[in-house]
Amino acid sequence: MSNVAVAAPRKTRGPWAVAFAKLARDRAAMTSLAVFLLIVLACLSAPLYAKWAGVDPFASTLDAVIQIDGADVPVMEQSTEGLGLGYTPLGPTWRLGNYFLGADSQGRDVMARMLYGGLSSLLISGAATIFTLILGTAAGLIAGYFGGVTDTVLSRFLDILWAFPIYLLAISLSIVTIAHGITIGPIQIESGSLWLPVIIIGIVYVPYVARPIRGQVLALRKSEFVLAAINLGVPGWRILWRDILPNVTTTLIVFVPLMMALNMLTESALSFLSIGVQPPAASWGTIIQDGQALLYTRPLVALVPGLAIAVSVMALNVFGDGLRDALDPRSKVRLGRD
Amino acid sequence: MKKLLLAATAAALLAGTWLAPAQAEYLKEHRGGTIRLLARSAAGTLDPHINYTDQGWQMYQPIYDGLVAFRKAEGMDGFTIVPDLAEAMPQVSNDGKTFTFKLRKGIKFSSGQDLGVKDVVASFQRIFKVSGPTSGTFYAGIVGADKCLADTKSCTLEGGVVGDEAAGTITINITKPDAELLYKLALPHAVVLPADTPAEDMGSKPIPSTGAYMISAFDPNKGMTVSRNPNFKQWSEEAQPDGYPDVVQYDFGLSEEAAVTAIQNGEADWMFDALPSDRLGELGSKSMDQLHISPLSAWWYAPLNNRLAPFDNEKARQAVAYAIDRNTLVKLFGGKVLASPVCQVLPPDFPGHEDYCPFTKNPGAKWSAPDLDKAKQLVEDSGTKGQKVTIIVEDTAISRSIGVYLQSVLTSIGYVADVKPISSNIQFTYIQNTNNKVQMSVTQWYKDYPAASDFLNILFSCASFREGSDASINIAGFCDKEIDAKMQKALDLGVTDQKAADKMWAEIDRQVTDKAPAVGLFTPKRLDFVSKRLGNFKFNRQFNWMITQSWVQ
Repeated sequence: MSNVAVAAPRKTRGPWAVAFAKLARDRAAMTSLAVFLLIVLACLSAPLYAKWAGVDPFASTLDAVIQIDGADVPVMEQSTEGLGLGYTPLGPTWRLGNYFLGADSQGRDVMARMLYGGLSSLLISGAATIFTLILGTAAGLIAGYFGGVTDTVLSRFLDILWAFPIYLLAISLSIVTIAHGITIGPIQIESGSLWLPVIIIGIVYVPYVARPIRGQVLALRKSEFVLAAINLGVPGWRILWRDILPNVTTTLIVFVPLMMALNMLTESALSFLSIGVQPPAASWGTIIQDGQALLYTRPLVALVPGLAIAVSVMALNVFGDGLRDALDPRSKVRLGRD
Repeated sequence: MKKLLLAATAAALLAGTWLAPAQAEYLKEHRGGTIRLLARSAAGTLDPHINYTDQGWQMYQPIYDGLVAFRKAEGMDGFTIVPDLAEAMPQVSNDGKTFTFKLRKGIKFSSGQDLGVKDVVASFQRIFKVSGPTSGTFYAGIVGADKCLADTKSCTLEGGVVGDEAAGTITINITKPDAELLYKLALPHAVVLPADTPAEDMGSKPIPSTGAYMISAFDPNKGMTVSRNPNFKQWSEEAQPDGYPDVVQYDFGLSEEAAVTAIQNGEADWMFDALPSDRLGELGSKSMDQLHISPLSAWWYAPLNNRLAPFDNEKARQAVAYAIDRNTLVKLFGGKVLASPVCQVLPPDFPGHEDYCPFTKNPGAKWSAPDLDKAKQLVEDSGTKGQKVTIIVEDTAISRSIGVYLQSVLTSIGYVADVKPISSNIQFTYIQNTNNKVQMSVTQWYKDYPAASDFLNILFSCASFREGSDASINIAGFCDKEIDAKMQKALDLGVTDQKAADKMWAEIDRQVTDKAPAVGLFTPKRLDFVSKRLGNFKFNRQFNWMITQSWVQ
């Protein structure tokens, strides 16, 4: 009888746990995530902030007067020198809840609008990301798996979409829909709805997601486990759902922060051009637009949302990079046209 | 009528003689140099028969001439009609339906061609051949105009504009008396161009001119150079005076902020565009001597679609008129120095204007404060509470802020309002087209000429409304048969008794205001910022600053 003990099998961590551990060790990625979550939390507190400060960030309050150190201060101050031309909005008071960042040209609290604006920007970029991922993934999976005519038709359609400069396409779609909204059968989206920029941004970026996914699916289609499933007579949709989709999930996860950053920039650009979020609603893009007319006297009105966009986008990009490295260090997925 | 016109001409000539030595003296001292003007963009086509912009019309003044002209004088004197290419004011006959002009001799175009009767006749035909924007309105009363409007290419205006080469006369026959015909003939759309000018939009190609200056170079993306017309000899100081600068350089492309800085640094002399609002305070205190504030015959207003809910209800329209705080709008425009609150259609100092404001806390002559309680009550009474209203505004800082303010007001009186800023290039035509179902918008109207009808008849007559057209200037779609008939009566009365007609226009103004087809917001003023070296700034009420009557050396 042998006395040799059999070693217990070594407990290995699953791929998700490994990836998470890797990500947790990436300080840059985790710091970025923390910064982004802080921004999200701050924006989520927008209604609470407005209530606490007692301001309506969407209504013109040109005649409002606030108290600073016991003194009455108008939010719009008329020039008293010389010809007495023009009104200048109140500058930053640096007092939370009392026009912390000053007022805009409608006498509205810029801080409250910043928070609401961030909420709109995050909602639109987040929803547009989901929209893009669903459409892009569906298109990529179908084109890559079924091939033939289906692939040709879908790929050419994506090529056409791809051929338009992104902003030009987004601007064209916005202008068409801005006045009357969209009506597709029973679904009607009104012109001022936040869903309009969501759909427009979501559509223009579909090729960004669909093409790399299609590439991956083409490779997976020839892998042994897929061929085996096909030969066993497993239906196509089941193979796509059970065998192929799980294998592109990591790519999709990596896409989330990167697409969100891209969508945030696009939303801001469209809103800045008055074809995204419509006044009096706020987004960081519309606040920059409002601030443009105040660059000389109140530069902070344009500067602060600009900084917020830059920080958010940077945080999302750095986190996205970290996530990609954590999930698949050999991944070749890159955002871009090549 | 004829006697009156002759007397007016004599008085105008005397005034011109009195002014002459002063200008001659100044000309010696200040003649020469280059005035540099700035604008964000060009004013569109160079063709004076087509261009319908303030910017273009202002620049045409020292360049082109018509048979008659608005006097090149400061202030309200600029509303006076004086003979220009015609030797004198026309002889009026045939019960006010025939106007005979005698053409001056010895005038040459900048190309060297002599001005002749054939040029005048061809120019009138050209207004129709190029489908000029006012051919169907201002000049539709000329005999034969109906045929020209139906078939532009073969327009002859037979029996309408008749030239007599031997006598050097041009006879204009109109289908019915028109008290405003001379105003219409003094506009750039009726200037005289060489007979061989192609009957098509000349776009960026300068057309030879008779005025003191000519366009010598033009690139719509860069700028325009206007230099002295070598063939010009002053024939009437009040119609076409010689100018001070040798060259006017009009550069395009600089933003308003950059233009202000250029003027401050002495690199430019004037800018066309409105001053950026965030520079007003600084300029108003530090550069007072470089600023000129002048009244305008203009109206900022909010047309309410009288054919679409909720504003197909008169009470709903009146509610909006009561609710809007004009002082706030004035504030948004830059303050009381730059604008005045209004309720009515006709601007102050305009023919037919009599102060009237029913939509204010204490109804009377002037606006005092909004009456929100009354507005809310009217919304309730109209049964339109809770309805959705979209306000279409231009995508400019000022229009956008007015739109946002109006959205707040509508929300406060019980509507569900939103505001849509759309590109300035399309907003004006977009809000006119009924297919776009615009409920409310913000726009402006600047007079073409000083007559009450240019506001009331054009903006609110039934004939100005065209279903589904981009050129339906009656944006509100207002059509009241009784008021329409009264406007026609006032137009007819103006032929024989302008004062009585103006009284009637004042009454019409009140009636239109009461029905609130549109809400008057404010009357703007023009703020011109000029360089330190620019002297002799003169503002003409018809065409604004007289560019070449200022000097830079």
